[in-house]
Amino acid sequence: MDTLVSQLQRQFRDYTISLYHQGFLDDQFTELKKLQDECSPDFVAEVVSLFFEDCEKLIGNMARALDQTGNVDFSLVGSSVHQLKGSSSSVGAKRVKGLCVTFKECCDSQNFEGCVRCLQQVDIEYKSLKAKLQDLFSLEQQIVQAGGRIPQVDI
Amino acid sequence: MDKGFSPVGLRVLVVDDDPTWLKILEKMLKKCSYEVTTCGLAREALRLLRERKDGYDIVISDVNMPDMDGFKLLEHVGLELDLPVIMMSVDGETKRVMKGVQHGACDYLLKPIRMKELKIIWQHVLRKKLQEVRDIEGCYEGGADWFTRNDEAHFLGGGGEDVSFGRKRKEFDFEKKLLLQDESDPSSSSSKKARVVWSFELHQKFVNAVNQIGCDHKAGPKKILDLMNVPWLTRENVASHLQKYRLYLSRLEKGKELKCYSGGVKNMDSPPKDSEFNTGHQSPGKNSYAFSGGSSDPKQLASSSVSDPSSDVHMPPKAKKTRIEFNPPISSSCAFESLLPWSDVPDPLESKPQILYGSSFLQQQPLPSQSPYVANSAPTLMEQEMKPSYETSVNADEFLMPQDKNSTVILQDLDLSAPSAISSINVTNDTESILRSLSWELPESHHSGFIDTDLDFSWLQNEHFLANTSGNFQFQDYSCSPSLLSELPPHLWFGNEPDEYTLMVDHGLFIS
Repeated sequence: MDTLVSQLQRQFRDYTISLYHQGFLDDQFTELKKLQDECSPDFVAEVVSLFFEDCEKLIGNMARALDQTGNVDFSLVGSSVHQLKGSSSSVGAKRVKGLCVTFKECCDSQNFEGCVRCLQQVDIEYKSLKAKLQDLFSLEQQIVQAGGRIPQVDI
Repeated sequence: MDKGFSPVGLRVLVVDDDPTWLKILEKMLKKCSYEVTTCGLAREALRLLRERKDGYDIVISDVNMPDMDGFKLLEHVGLELDLPVIMMSVDGETKRVMKGVQHGACDYLLKPIRMKELKIIWQHVLRKKLQEVRDIEGCYEGGADWFTRNDEAHFLGGGGEDVSFGRKRKEFDFEKKLLLQDESDPSSSSSKKARVVWSFELHQKFVNAVNQIGCDHKAGPKKILDLMNVPWLTRENVASHLQKYRLYLSRLEKGKELKCYSGGVKNMDSPPKDSEFNTGHQSPGKNSYAFSGGSSDPKQLASSSVSDPSSDVHMPPKAKKTRIEFNPPISSSCAFESLLPWSDVPDPLESKPQILYGSSFLQQQPLPSQSPYVANSAPTLMEQEMKPSYETSVNADEFLMPQDKNSTVILQDLDLSAPSAISSINVTNDTESILRSLSWELPESHHSGFIDTDLDFSWLQNEHFLANTSGNFQFQDYSCSPSLLSELPPHLWFGNEPDEYTLMVDHGLFIS
């Protein structure tokens, strides 16, 4: 019998696994889930939203710095990239983190076009992750609303 | 299996400008049952630390912060407060790590940080305390004739800093208890001295004075004090600071000598003992530097044990043992005292003290046997210094900072080898070796196996972080999900070395 709950649970499991499988998330995200408990039932969601806020801010900084045509302060961009790298490592945003490595190299070599490209990619990437995690959290909510438990997913 | 424990209530100050990490670290540390204070700015952190000088046991700080370089913060904390500091960064470049070591970091953690790495940070606190205690012992080596009553009085009353390791648990601020004991002694003073904060400027004055005096044995606290010309500073303050400084220098020297920080301890020949401790020209204050009221906690411990005016060198452990008698309810919290490998001291505190230093200490401090584990070498270095004769632990030749040395002096006892200990590869083994080097017994999961002089872990709880026992994560072959690939080419997504971080995460950075 395929109840709504079990359907949702299966969807949730599949979706989670796909996020890991396709490199959107790494095991740091798993660690975050472990930290979630009764004292902080929305811990992961809170942390993740902090991260996305940080992304916006940092990307804004980078964009502004790169916008100073002819007078780009690459070290400033680089320091924002470094911060983003640290931030993405906190939630397991694997792709974003990986991009930061490339981005940092472009900053170090003062490669303007490279930096711009990296910035665009980072922007796309974090927004994409944001959307996916929102879907994931929404699935969780649906399961709970349908009276089910959120399954533990072994990656 | 992650078998570990962490002392409840360890007071941690976390400094990181990344709000995400701050939140995560706070949660993780709370799961370790630590008492956490978070801070987003280095200056704010310093303010908090200065406000409550004994309010924290350890500081964890990110390397990159907007208002102040993490290394600078590290220096300040080390100089002024002498707290263990752990650095963190997403960047694990060797040179940065070494910079951390040079600035006195106890450890350098790579982000993302794992629970198991946080669970063992208490070891740094303990190690530091032990080192400080050993520093005190160094003062005793020269013999007791230079110890005077005045210094006792100064010392016994001073400070009163708490070493309390957990407010929720029984406090084992043993200095306080030792002081309490000595209140029965009419010669002891009960006035509390404010702790001297050795700010960077003050320390610079100190260093300048030291350099001015020159590289000879005459650089005593009195001279330094005179040269520094700081009216409110006492000779005892200077003396205690001087001792720390010497030890720092000597460790630097030894760090250079030991090219690679392997587990083998370099056998030091008995350095030509300087005359400081032996000649009469030593002003009493000089050798009382261990007892300065301005010194940190363990130093008071040492002095408080010397209540007898005849002032032979009195062993701290003796005092501690007696302390147990004085304060029976605290017995389980006498963690530190039980750490010290003192032999049993039969004489009560009030009677004529004897020099008990000798073999008991050495016996119970085995040389490190594991080569990757380097933390042993620091305590055993001290031991080596003390071993040849009961004389100064600091080679006087190392006293003066050479002119070409880096002028940023980090005063805290720089334990160059300590960080290598904190590897998270195998927490249990490392914990074992750490504890062994400190001549502790490794607690079994119910820490009931402790006996006599070994650490009584009854006040420590078992593993607090109940990791979700989801077991091993196996990566399943996934084939039936809708394609979620974005338009970007894959090679851009995965970075250059996606595993770089995971690798770093699980291995301690301080490789010997």
